[in-house]
Amino acid sequence: MRQGHWVPTGFTVEQLLAQIPRLRRYARALTGSREAADDLVQDALERAWTKRALWRPDSNLRAWLFAVMHNVFVNGVKRARPMASLDALNEEGNAEPVASSASAETDATLREMSSALAQLPVEQRQVVLLVGLEQLTYAEAAEVLEIPIGTVMSRLSRGRDRLRQLLDEGSDGQNGLRRVK
Amino acid sequence: MRKGLGEEILHAYVDGGLTSDERGAVEAHLALHPETAARARAWATQNEILHRLFDRVLEEAHTLKVETRGRVAAAPFSWRNVAALAATLALGIGIGFMARGYWAPAPGAARASIAREALLAHAAYVPEVRHPVEVTAREEQHLLAWLSKRLDAPLKAPSLLQSGYQLLGGRLLPAFAGGTIGDKTTPVALLMYENSQGKRLSLVVRRESPNTDTAFRFAQEGRTSVFYWVDGPFGYALVGDLNKDELAVLARLVFQQLNP
Repeated sequence: MRQGHWVPTGFTVEQLLAQIPRLRRYARALTGSREAADDLVQDALERAWTKRALWRPDSNLRAWLFAVMHNVFVNGVKRARPMASLDALNEEGNAEPVASSASAETDATLREMSSALAQLPVEQRQVVLLVGLEQLTYAEAAEVLEIPIGTVMSRLSRGRDRLRQLLDEGSDGQNGLRRVK
Repeated sequence: MRKGLGEEILHAYVDGGLTSDERGAVEAHLALHPETAARARAWATQNEILHRLFDRVLEEAHTLKVETRGRVAAAPFSWRNVAALAATLALGIGIGFMARGYWAPAPGAARASIAREALLAHAAYVPEVRHPVEVTAREEQHLLAWLSKRLDAPLKAPSLLQSGYQLLGGRLLPAFAGGTIGDKTTPVALLMYENSQGKRLSLVVRRESPNTDTAFRFAQEGRTSVFYWVDGPFGYALVGDLNKDELAVLARLVFQQLNP
C-alpha cells in the first residue's frame, strides 16, 4: 500500500459537482427563484464539502446532499425570503419554459403550476417535489426531511390534493395567471 | 371488494412503485371508482407538469463553485452536455475495432486516433510496478522541460490532486502515430498519475496540426475508458480503468487546469 498521498475522504469534489444540476432543480422548484435557489445550493455545497467525512460511502450521495440542503434551508432563517411570486419567475427571463412548440395552453399550465406551488405550504411542497420531481422513494424523502414515513405519506396526500384544487381553480378562473409577457 | 384503496397504494401507483400485478389490481379498482381514478390522474399529471417546468434547470449553465483548500472547483459549463455529445459522436468510432489488430491505417486514411495510442501506452506501462515512468515527479521541472523540447511546444502537467491523483512522472513514447508539425513527426509524451489506492491514469499528449477537429470524444475498451480532445498545439487523451462518468470528471479537471 502506498502511503503519504493526500487521501480524499468521503467523496471527491467532482462527485459533488456532478450533483449540482439535481440540487439546482429541486432548489429552484422549492424556492421559485433562481437567485434564492443558487444561494441555497451554494451554501449546501460548502456545507457538504466541509462535512464530507460524515457521508457513508455505501449510501446514496444524492439523498445525503438533499438532506444537507434541507438543513441549510431550514436553518436559513436569516436569509429567509418569501417564495418568489409568479412575477419573479417571469422577470428572470424564464418565461419560456418549454420548447418552441409549446402552445399557449401548455404555457398557461406551467404558469399555473408555478403559482400553485408557491401557495402550497412549504412542508407539503417539499414532499411533493422530492417524490414527484426528484423521484426519491418515500423512505428516502423521510430521511431527507427527518420525519416519519407516515408523515411523508400524509403530507403527500394533502399536498397533491391541494395542488389539484389550486390547479383546477387556476384553469377555471380569470385570475391573470395567463398573462403572457 | 373493499371500498377504499389505501392512499399509500394510490401514491405508489402514481409514482411507479408497484409491480405489474399490483398495478392490475389498482386499475381494476379505479375502473369502478371514477373519483379515485380522477384523483390518481390529477396526481400523475402534476408529476408530468413538474418535470416540464423544471427539467430545463438541469441543462442550465451556472456559476456555482466548491472551495477546496484554496482551490476552486467550478462547473462553468454543462459538462453533462459535452460528455453526452462526445459519447454520441464517438459511438462506434473504432477503438475496439482497431485494438483487435487492424493497426495500420489504410493508405490515405486519416491519421490514427490518439485514443488508440493512449490505450496502448496505458496498457503497457500502467501495470509496471517498478518502472511505470522514465522520469519521476520528483524531477517534474526537468521532466516537463525534456518533454516540451521533444514535442517542440511547452507542455504543462495538470494537477489532479483535488481528485486524489498525484503526478507519478512521465515518459516519451516511440509512437508510430506520433505528433505532426507540418511534415515532421514528433514523439508522444505520457504523464502518469496515481491515487492513494494505487489506481493509475495516463495522460497522453501529442502535437496536432492546426484545424484538427477539437470535439471531446469518448471511447472504451473493456474496462478502460478514454476521453480525448484537441486543445491548442496538442491533442490529449486521458485514459483510466474507470467508467465513463468517473473519467469524465477527471477529464474536465484536466481541461480546466489547462485552460485556467
